[in-house]
Amino acid sequence: MTDLKKRSEILYFALRNNKLRIGLAVVLFFLVLTFVGPLLTDYGPYEYVGPASQPPSSEYWFGTTTFGQDVFTQFVLGLKATFLVGIVGGGLGTLIGVLVGFSAGYRGGVIDEVLNMLTNIVLVIPTLAILLIIAAYLTVRGILAESVFIGFTAWPWAARAIRAQTFSLRSRDFVDLARLSGMKPWKIIFTEIAPNMMSYLLLVFILQFGGAILTAATLDFIGLGPTNAVSLGLMMNNAVLWGALILGMWWWFVPPGAAIMAIVGALYVTNVGLDEVFNPKLREM
Amino acid sequence: MKRYFGRKVLIYILTFFLAVTIDWLIPRFMPGNPIRTMLSRAQLHAGAYEAIYNYYAGLFGLDLPIWQQYLNFWKALFHGDLGTSVLLFPQPVTKVIMNAVPYDVFLLLPSILLSWLAGNWFGAFAARSKWLDNTISPLGYILTATPYMWLGILLAWTFGIVLGILPISGAYSYALRPHLSWVFLGSLLQHWFLPFASLFLVGFGGWAIGMRNMIIYELEADYSHYLEALGAPRRLVRQYAFRNAMLPQLTGLALQLGVIVSGALATEIVFSYPGIGYLILGAIQNKDYFLIQGCFLFIIIAVLLANFAIDIVYVLVDPRTRTGMLGEAA
Amino acid sequence: MSLQVENLRVYYQTLRGDVKALDGATFSIADREIMGLAGESGCGKSTLGNGLILLTPPMRFVEGRVTIDDEELPIWDMERMDGFRFRKISIIPQYAMNAMNPTRKIGKMTSELLESRNVDSRATLPELERRLDLVELTRDVLNMYPIELSGGMKQRMVMVISTLLNPSLLIADEITSALDVSTQKAVADMLVEFRDREFVKSMMVITHDISILYQIADSILIMYAGQLAEKASTEVIIHSPRHPYTKLLISALPKVGVKYAERRLAGIPGNPPLLLDPPVGCRFRERCPVAFDRCLQEPQFIEVEKDHFVACWKEFERDA
Repeated sequence: MTDLKKRSEILYFALRNNKLRIGLAVVLFFLVLTFVGPLLTDYGPYEYVGPASQPPSSEYWFGTTTFGQDVFTQFVLGLKATFLVGIVGGGLGTLIGVLVGFSAGYRGGVIDEVLNMLTNIVLVIPTLAILLIIAAYLTVRGILAESVFIGFTAWPWAARAIRAQTFSLRSRDFVDLARLSGMKPWKIIFTEIAPNMMSYLLLVFILQFGGAILTAATLDFIGLGPTNAVSLGLMMNNAVLWGALILGMWWWFVPPGAAIMAIVGALYVTNVGLDEVFNPKLREM
Repeated sequence: MKRYFGRKVLIYILTFFLAVTIDWLIPRFMPGNPIRTMLSRAQLHAGAYEAIYNYYAGLFGLDLPIWQQYLNFWKALFHGDLGTSVLLFPQPVTKVIMNAVPYDVFLLLPSILLSWLAGNWFGAFAARSKWLDNTISPLGYILTATPYMWLGILLAWTFGIVLGILPISGAYSYALRPHLSWVFLGSLLQHWFLPFASLFLVGFGGWAIGMRNMIIYELEADYSHYLEALGAPRRLVRQYAFRNAMLPQLTGLALQLGVIVSGALATEIVFSYPGIGYLILGAIQNKDYFLIQGCFLFIIIAVLLANFAIDIVYVLVDPRTRTGMLGEAA
Repeated sequence: MSLQVENLRVYYQTLRGDVKALDGATFSIADREIMGLAGESGCGKSTLGNGLILLTPPMRFVEGRVTIDDEELPIWDMERMDGFRFRKISIIPQYAMNAMNPTRKIGKMTSELLESRNVDSRATLPELERRLDLVELTRDVLNMYPIELSGGMKQRMVMVISTLLNPSLLIADEITSALDVSTQKAVADMLVEFRDREFVKSMMVITHDISILYQIADSILIMYAGQLAEKASTEVIIHSPRHPYTKLLISALPKVGVKYAERRLAGIPGNPPLLLDPPVGCRFRERCPVAFDRCLQEPQFIEVEKDHFVACWKEFERDA
């Protein structure tokens, strides 16, 4: 009875939280655009479609590049890459973070020490170096490869956060009670601790999602991104490379960055809203 | 306390070894023969090619067993010899890097410190009233969600192209040579401002948001309530909350160093600012592996040192670490 | 009269409505009196204690009048209350063990607190040290961080700080709950000593542990479901209580020497009512063994004998 009440209470607050509503709305908008966008355009991203360096017009909504390509097409396809990287990269990072952080937090002792050391090392190593090697090997790279790489290098933050949360949960009374009553450790984890962690994991995932998008943008911009796909970071890379700045072709570099800012910003705001929903103390009276 | 530091130093040394090893592997893991790939880009005539190839082969002992090459690398490292750059042949890598470092320090140190200090101050300020919070918080979220390079591009476009009041490439005017004069200093500052601003703004947003959250947490703590119950003025309560909230922000600074490095890289590329980031870009594009190796080594060392410094400062500032040495909350 | 409370109502604001946590309290505490405030969890004693000194959201002042030393205490006005806090009215909070800033040396924190209240901390130092001696804390604690002290030591430190300016009324909120029995006795004795040495004039000791009150309180006020049930001297409450709830409460206390086989420990069946929508009339009606139809009307808190207040129709009938 109380579980049902708790869930419907959370739903009640979730539907009313402004930050959650606005944040989700923005993310959904771009998500829909990802699916609908390609249907609105007949061109390919690198196809020569018309006169070069044209500002936005009714025909080319986002104008054209210095090679006469349609910026809007590149944009909507780039959005797809962005979401993919966010979900896969963010998801992978959260997963590894959970494995490492939870094990360290729950077991403590030597396991905690070793995992801590591992976390610190991965944190400090400039991941760009490793990416360079990978980039040189895989001359053809896809978005998946990039996402996996980001996931494997972004987890330390998540691991730390989850470890801290596990610590605080582990020492709570209801866990001690379960342990005293002779429950197997696995059962304790799944029935007592996991439900309380769920909301926290969601928050961590959202932050990883946003972080992955930003990291991918930087990597693409440097030229270490996928070679066979369009991405927003790559658009900006090309724009700067081919003088869009000097020529004042704002329609080429403003939309991609603006989209990233909007999506990641919306994700952060959603995160704050969710935190308020889950944590009664933060709710506005 | 000694045990704590001992463990920390051990971790740092381990990390250093691991990172340097990875760094050493960069040219060796590249497909094909690194030297050949490297030299094929430098346009040399036949005779020079042979000589240089033999020189490098001998220098890096590519005919030697791997473990000996590894040891030679460490030896060279301690002599401050990082090889010779191909991109800027025949300058030694060390010299090339050292030329770029001052610009990085000039750019990064102020932007990191100022954004951290200003961001923390504003974040604390935002917690004072609902109205302030509702204005500063969204701004902070927007800024921290902005990709570094995009902000750089926007600033460059707005101030450099549209308004035309600030330059958008180089560290100083191409018409000048570095020398001690007001003119040069002025040009230096002019070229420094936009890259500094883009690094500063993004960082500022992040710190402001973080601090605001920490302050609210501290203001809800038991010690804050006790002070209020005893009638202490808001000023004192806020002061205590601020000092306590700074501590996790300090740790956060150490964690953010990796992000800041990549952000600086992107910004330097946008503004063609001759720091290490810009150097790396050129090295990547021209497959100058030894330069890449040297640059990353430098970054690794800098990040490790910064982390270590922050660790020391933290122990000095938070009394809880000195007395209890608690590993985690029990 | 040291403290006078008239018809005090403090509710908790929640999204589902107001929780009537303190619904009409009228009583007084005399000069030099240590009054115990006892009752089950959720009876409103903490609301009363905290509301008198720090009435912050989600608590909401509804109505009532409080006077301390014949001066009105504006508990609803945060700013004006600052004039009274620490000097006239003070509190040893329930969270005393965490009440001190963990990153500040105790002495420094105390002096900063005093200075911020316009008290010369250097002039107060000798007295502070004397009191530390009294509670058996070494003077070195002033140079330590809270983390270096044990739970009991932190408790005593907070006791010293809270009473440093000799308040008229000291509220002690569950200060023995987290301590072991021998420390409990020590702390309770210190409270009495503070009153005897006139560091504080009167005290309100909030606890659910009546045995402590038996040791140190002059009078006891029993609360139930946000309202006052009975107030009388400790002797009377313990040995000849009149309210049915008090009677059940006292008889539920284990007595030394009596074995379970000889006499079962009596509990009070049922649960206190939820205060979001409290029942009509006497709130103890549903669990009361002697309830009758009159109880559908809310009984007033009336003085049935000298200094003995009860809110029970059965008792009024007896006297009538």
